[in-house]
Amino acid sequence: MDILKIGGQEIHNRLFLGTGKFASDALIPDVIKASGVQVVTVALRRVDFENEQENMLNYIDKECVLMPNTSGARTADEAVRIARIARAAGCGNWVKIEVIKDNKYLLPDNYETLKTTEILAREGFAVFPYMSPDLMVARQMRDAGAAAVMPLGSPIGSNRGLQTRELVRILIDEIDLPIIVDAGIGRPSEAAEAMEMGAAAVLVNTAIAVADDPVAMAAAFSMAVKAGRQGYLAGPGAAKLYAEASSPLTGFLRDSD
Amino acid sequence: MGFYEIYNEIKDTDFDRLLKEVTVQQADRVIGDNTVSETGFLNLLSPAAGERLETMARKAHHLTLKNFGRVIGLYTPMYLSDFCTNECVYCGFNTKNPMRRRTLSVAEVEREGRMIAGTGLRHLLILTGEAPHQASVEYLAECTGRLRKYFSSVSIEVYPMETAGYQALVAAGVDGMTVYQEVYDPEIYDRLHIKGPKKNYRFRLNAPERACQAGMRTVNLGALLGLADWRSEVFALGLHAKYLQDKYPDTEISVSFPRIRPAAGQFRPAVEVTDRELVQMILAIRLFLPRAGITLSTRENPDFRDNLIRLGVTKMSAGSCTEVGGRLDGDGHDGQFEISDTRSVAEMKAAILQNGYQPVSKDWLVI
Repeated sequence: MDILKIGGQEIHNRLFLGTGKFASDALIPDVIKASGVQVVTVALRRVDFENEQENMLNYIDKECVLMPNTSGARTADEAVRIARIARAAGCGNWVKIEVIKDNKYLLPDNYETLKTTEILAREGFAVFPYMSPDLMVARQMRDAGAAAVMPLGSPIGSNRGLQTRELVRILIDEIDLPIIVDAGIGRPSEAAEAMEMGAAAVLVNTAIAVADDPVAMAAAFSMAVKAGRQGYLAGPGAAKLYAEASSPLTGFLRDSD
Repeated sequence: MGFYEIYNEIKDTDFDRLLKEVTVQQADRVIGDNTVSETGFLNLLSPAAGERLETMARKAHHLTLKNFGRVIGLYTPMYLSDFCTNECVYCGFNTKNPMRRRTLSVAEVEREGRMIAGTGLRHLLILTGEAPHQASVEYLAECTGRLRKYFSSVSIEVYPMETAGYQALVAAGVDGMTVYQEVYDPEIYDRLHIKGPKKNYRFRLNAPERACQAGMRTVNLGALLGLADWRSEVFALGLHAKYLQDKYPDTEISVSFPRIRPAAGQFRPAVEVTDRELVQMILAIRLFLPRAGITLSTRENPDFRDNLIRLGVTKMSAGSCTEVGGRLDGDGHDGQFEISDTRSVAEMKAAILQNGYQPVSKDWLVI
């Protein structure tokens, strides 16, 4: 069985779910059921522990692995504080670091994210930094003790797919941590592509949450992630730039030459 | 250079002529583009673009879904004081308006805050008139300290202040600031604001920037619709928002479109802004600034508000009351303006859900 061992957990569904954009939290249980999703990220800013009816956490299956995120943090200091609040509130020790100072494109601040990762990894968190795909910073994230790195495919909510393809490919090749593509994935085929490239998992929110039928779309993403993963494991033949000529150009060379 | 200087350079433009010259084809081209320039934004505010409302609406809907999801943030206003030293011809708090005035005690503020928190809301907007001797920065800071026990976000809509004032309030736990310029056209501004510190156009215009510099997380702008030609006013508003968004990328910039409502006094709007026109300006802003928040207050009626949910709005007020202490012991009189959507928080939540969106009561936390 193909299991992703990460942050002290064994994960068998490599589609991770974001929860921020659904028309109703009440949709989330059906989305989880239809897709078999195991890892769910929740913005701590949205969780109201004092309001039973509107506490989003009540809609997330207890079997799921909760990945609170630091959405809204603009500095390492804010992200660290949000992570500590999440753990103190009983949300487990996983945390997805989002440090964003750019409200226009929502691109992460890699430097502040790295500082956050260093602090929280030391405190025993399983740290999942959301980052722009930069090899040098990814290495530093690894050295700082990140559980995985989460490069963006394209800006959050853009549904533009793997615009950062080459940079993500380099991370997959060079970083011996799970690479989880987070943000920008707009269609199941793009999720499959990321998995075929060797991504360990894919995190999707907008594309599922704003689909006409979020439950069906979650199921579609789950299948695409599985297909892409199997394709990767099966070892696809190398893509060839040119067709194989029936009269080879080097056919004149004999073994004796 | 601040926005005052930028606006100064364009304020004498003959917007009327430019807007009339825009063709439907030009508007179509802007609607089709991935990004909208300042000129493109002006085109979207033209009468010609008004003939393309449905196309604009589809794009605005799509952009908002991608950027904000099927989610509407909720907040409610709470008036702390209606003392005011200004003489603004359109406002119920006008210093000349003979009415009983009141400033809530800190204990009263806490009591009303607790009542509001009981509805589940976690975002609060506190408001005052312009009378710092009645509602000082220290008073606002103290109120915020009490309210922070019940709310994850406290924003202010008070008189413009120096950066240090905003810094003190940020330190006290205020995370958002709203100030409406009311009118961008300086001549009309001067005419409508007869007396008081609000006569200082420039100090008010640069207040949002001072709030950004002081570290507010959210800054909300607006022009009071009905005081001047809306197309050039909304153009100025959009440029103002873009200026702040570009210069302070870590502050969330949002805009409001308050249409003048009846208030005490005899003021009648100089310009009537129709529903179609209000829709056009919301759509134009969304296409120009896809990441800007758009706030809609209870000045508008329930049916109209419900229909605007899908067109780009991201935040709405609910269970509003524009009278100081109105929730404690109010008699429904002497508010700043008349509320048009009187639905309770629970009714508002139900209506948003019914429209296919999630009402969100909490979207920040005390850290």
